[in-house]
Amino acid sequence: MTTKTMASNVYGWMDERLGISELAAFARKKTVPVHAQSFWYYWGGITLFLFMLQCFTGVLLLVYYRPGVEAYESVRQITFVMNFGWLIRSAHAWAANLMLFAILVHMFSVFFMKAYRKPREFGWLSGMVLLALAACFGFSGYLLPMDELSYFATKVGLQIPVAIPWIGPAIANMLRGGPDVTEFTVQRFFALHVVVLPALFIPLLAFHLWLVQRHGNAVPESEEAKPAAERKSMPFMPNFLRKDIAMWIISLNVLALLASVFPWALGKPYDSLAPAPMGIHPEWYFMSPFEMLKMLGSVLPGEAGEIAGLLLFTLGIVLWLLIPFYDPSKESGRRARVAHYFGLLAVFALLATTVIGYWTIR
Amino acid sequence: MSESAISENIVQEHPENGDVKTRRAFLAAAGAAGVCYAAALAYPVYRYLASPSEMALSASAVTEVTLKDAQKLPAGSVLMFKFGPSPAMLIHHEDGQWVALTAVCTHLGCTVQYEPQMDRIHCACHGGVYNPYTGANVSGPPPKPLKLFKVAVNDTGVEVTRA
Repeated sequence: MTTKTMASNVYGWMDERLGISELAAFARKKTVPVHAQSFWYYWGGITLFLFMLQCFTGVLLLVYYRPGVEAYESVRQITFVMNFGWLIRSAHAWAANLMLFAILVHMFSVFFMKAYRKPREFGWLSGMVLLALAACFGFSGYLLPMDELSYFATKVGLQIPVAIPWIGPAIANMLRGGPDVTEFTVQRFFALHVVVLPALFIPLLAFHLWLVQRHGNAVPESEEAKPAAERKSMPFMPNFLRKDIAMWIISLNVLALLASVFPWALGKPYDSLAPAPMGIHPEWYFMSPFEMLKMLGSVLPGEAGEIAGLLLFTLGIVLWLLIPFYDPSKESGRRARVAHYFGLLAVFALLATTVIGYWTIR
Repeated sequence: MSESAISENIVQEHPENGDVKTRRAFLAAAGAAGVCYAAALAYPVYRYLASPSEMALSASAVTEVTLKDAQKLPAGSVLMFKFGPSPAMLIHHEDGQWVALTAVCTHLGCTVQYEPQMDRIHCACHGGVYNPYTGANVSGPPPKPLKLFKVAVNDTGVEVTRA
């Protein structure tokens, strides 16, 4: 038997059991629309790639990280003792930031292309839950080194649920593992960060990706208006995949550059008696809600402001989440200006409060 | 798909054409660049994971260990200590002789035990037996003897040196 016939026999045996040829046929048939806005199609893939990098670098950090009392010491060891440990840690921290940025770009491109409309409502909803989980990844991971900044960031962040009437303090204590941020907090955040969140994120991500395969890429309204013959597309295999991979390599190079030129810092070990350092501020992706709460607090001081802030946030998030249901019409898409203005308002509010936030910490 | 099919047809029509060479050279260069890129990514990951073994290696460069107050060890007893990264034993025999040996069984690496009443060094894992004076493998599966160290006893402690 020649190698070729042997290989085809093995393939036949596997195909009969796994249905590989059906998948291959699907991949050959899959196309991606080509138009002026095609660039935005890459951002979901970039997010996926960065998530895979997070899994990889995360497992590498897991090799030496020790939660609980030794958390700071183990991160110090990773950063200063283990070969290239600083680079692995820096890559994990930078990729987390890049991933959140890519998610936001992906979300806004979906929003403004109105890609959430029928039949893609579940894509939008699952994407929003994935964003929320990614924010939880960011928040829980930020505490793990247990340095000064992560200690105070977590302390402040966990004060926000306290404002929820009745059950708020209990929720905060449950998350903290006590009335203050301690080793118990880092231990349970660790469990969240490496077990609970991935266990929720990965199946949901699979669902999100399956939906994309099922419905294909959404096209903007301007493309929908064109007759089918005028619309252009390219095969996914290999043309789009090739471009996708090029984008991944660009992302990897950007990450390598950032991680090595601007290595992620490790502050002083936390001290529950030390005052908060000057100029302390949340990460950029939490800056906007932080600033909004601050502004509301100055208009409505005290508990009233906190509760009003939470209500306003919840309302905004619910409106954002439910957009496919009050902006559903395919036909009237071009005229559905309300959603468009809502989106612009959201972008403006996020950017403005982020800028003000950074401006006022100086 | 169609793009590459077309270019392949052109190449086949002009087999002597320089296109074949440039294409091949390009693919070779791209492949080499890809290998370099992958190696540049894999190297820090490998070194990161290898850190503990590198540390152990530098620890095994130790040639001398001073065991403070070990001269007070009663006759017929043993002191376990670390020589570099691995366990070792200092035996004070009933007859006053001092012996220091590695305590790692040469069979499958278990830590061995001095048994004064049997006058032997025994490995509980697979029943290997060594001579407690010379480290020679006496019976059982061990293929090699335990390594002996040089011992110098003085007023403040015991100095163990790689022989």
